[in-house]
Amino acid sequence: MAKITFITPDNESVTLEATSGSVMELAVQNGVKGIDGDCGGVCSCATCHVHVAEKDFPLVGEPSEIEADMLELEDEVSEFSRLCCQIKVSDAIDGITLKVVEE
Amino acid sequence: MSTDKICVIIGASHAGVNLAFSLRKEGWEGAIHLFDSDPVLPYHRPPLSKAYLTSNDPIEQNALKAASTYKNEHIDLHLGVKVIAIDNTIRTVSLDNGTTQKYDNLVFATGASPIIPPIPGIETATNTYPLRTAADVLHIKNTINTSSKKRVVIIGAGYIGLETAASLKKLDASVTVLEREERILQRVTSPTMSQFFLDLHTSNDVSVFTSKNVVTIESLKENDIISNIVKCSDGTLYPADVIIVGVGVRVNTELAASIGVEIENGIKVTETTATNIDRVYAIGDCSFHHNPRYGRFIRLESVQNAVDQAKVTAAAICEKETKYDTVPWFWSDQYDIKLQMVGLSDGYDDIVIRHEEESESNNKFSVWYFKGSELLAVDAVNNAKAYVIGTKFIKKPTLIDKIKLGDSAIALKPANLLL
Ligand SMILES: Cc1cc2nc3c(=O)[nH]c(=O)nc-3n(C[C@H](O)[C@H](O)[C@H](O)COP(=O)(O)OP(=O)(O)OC[C@H]3O[C@@H](n4cnc5c(N)ncnc54)[C@H](O)[C@@H]3O)c2cc1C
Ligand code: FES
Repeated sequence: MAKITFITPDNESVTLEATSGSVMELAVQNGVKGIDGDCGGVCSCATCHVHVAEKDFPLVGEPSEIEADMLELEDEVSEFSRLCCQIKVSDAIDGITLKVVEE
Repeated sequence: MSTDKICVIIGASHAGVNLAFSLRKEGWEGAIHLFDSDPVLPYHRPPLSKAYLTSNDPIEQNALKAASTYKNEHIDLHLGVKVIAIDNTIRTVSLDNGTTQKYDNLVFATGASPIIPPIPGIETATNTYPLRTAADVLHIKNTINTSSKKRVVIIGAGYIGLETAASLKKLDASVTVLEREERILQRVTSPTMSQFFLDLHTSNDVSVFTSKNVVTIESLKENDIISNIVKCSDGTLYPADVIIVGVGVRVNTELAASIGVEIENGIKVTETTATNIDRVYAIGDCSFHHNPRYGRFIRLESVQNAVDQAKVTAAAICEKETKYDTVPWFWSDQYDIKLQMVGLSDGYDDIVIRHEEESESNNKFSVWYFKGSELLAVDAVNNAKAYVIGTKFIKKPTLIDKIKLGDSAIALKPANLLL
């Protein structure tokens, strides 16, 4: 079980719980604003971009090569950027905060 | 914005659903009625031939939006309801449940339907399916799971047919693909890519045959089990427990045509996705639209096009300045191959093929399509970097040094490739 907090582009904070699936799926299933997931989670669209809170970044880890390349398409890319369809929900990421990046 | 206005959207898939939510984002306060004859909560179509076909996940896992989000955004989603007629003089649609719905703005997001070619025997053939809906995939999965021999014949080697072949291999099916043209993917990509995918499928034990014109499908009964014999014009026969028909689509234009909307290779729209009829729009697979970057009218079958046009329509309906002007992109996943495409390659006269040095197999490369010095499109195989750089170069036309581009000793970075 993991609790994940999303800060949406209009600065709302939403905390959700899940045990499996990807963080993108969790966000879409709960209508978190700003996470579209247009490609369905296959790292092809970059519409699931989040900035991981700095303190939580080690829990989530670095993006894969393809994900890092796809992030280059985004204007607001930072060293804490991830495409959240590539983050699996697990106990290991319990308590993290993600800031949703608006397109 | 007025709250008594009504927007009716016909078709609740990638285009229609994204439009409904984009309308709210743009500040539309009126009613939104979204109709689809498919009874299933709107879902992503791309996984149907990919991950969804091989997984046991319920279709809800692939929902475009959660059911609750429609409620929260006050979007009236009517599923399992077909729009059967439109009267644009009184601005009303008629539904197959006997009711009607008024509208101020009307949007066709009706997409396309699979073509079932008029092959003698196809109508009565057993276990023969197109692959467009969640229901189609359930039929295919059930049939494969209960078939002992699992012999699949796929008619048509487009992206959907080939993705399906790759997925069904994972389910231990024996798969044959029959393509009428001389090469696979003929309609949609270059000979280089066709050859790559032919080799890929062959090495994964899929039998791919080109120049195969299916002429009849006959039924065969062995030990009480009914299967099919697919017969080609050259006399070859292919037994099939399951047939998947993937020969392309027919655009759903009939309703639009019935009210006098102009139809060409789809529903013809302007740069704001408007049809020739006031406050009537068309988006997604059904739209025949102008692409400013490539200077011609096109019809696309892609998620990108559906989503981006939806945003434009939402802005147009909310009377905001807007224009559809994007570089098309698309992806296809087969086995461990991720193909990402950007731009339109039609009309290219020069090609640069770039293999990345670090890749041990030949499975990381990119094909760059040029017309003279102008980069038109990039096909990137397991190479998101090439896809991203290609996207940037196409969006902001740049003179590229083709020799450096083709030299894998030179790192793939925009600054290294300039002329
Ligand atoms: C198997 C498969 C794999 C694909 N893979 C990819 C991919 O990897 N990448 C990619 O970019 N694209 C892919 N596509 C294409 C992509 O799914 C389409 O471009 C997209 O679905 C288009 O969305 P749309 O809303 O315009 O049309 P559609 O998805 O065709 O939806 C139209 C909807 O309108 C409804 N409708 C039509 N007429 C009526 C009526 N009279 N009344 C009520 N409802 C009506 C239909 O039921 C349908 O649900 C794939 C498509 C398929 C089928
Ligand atoms: S959902 Fe498309 S990249 Fe994450």
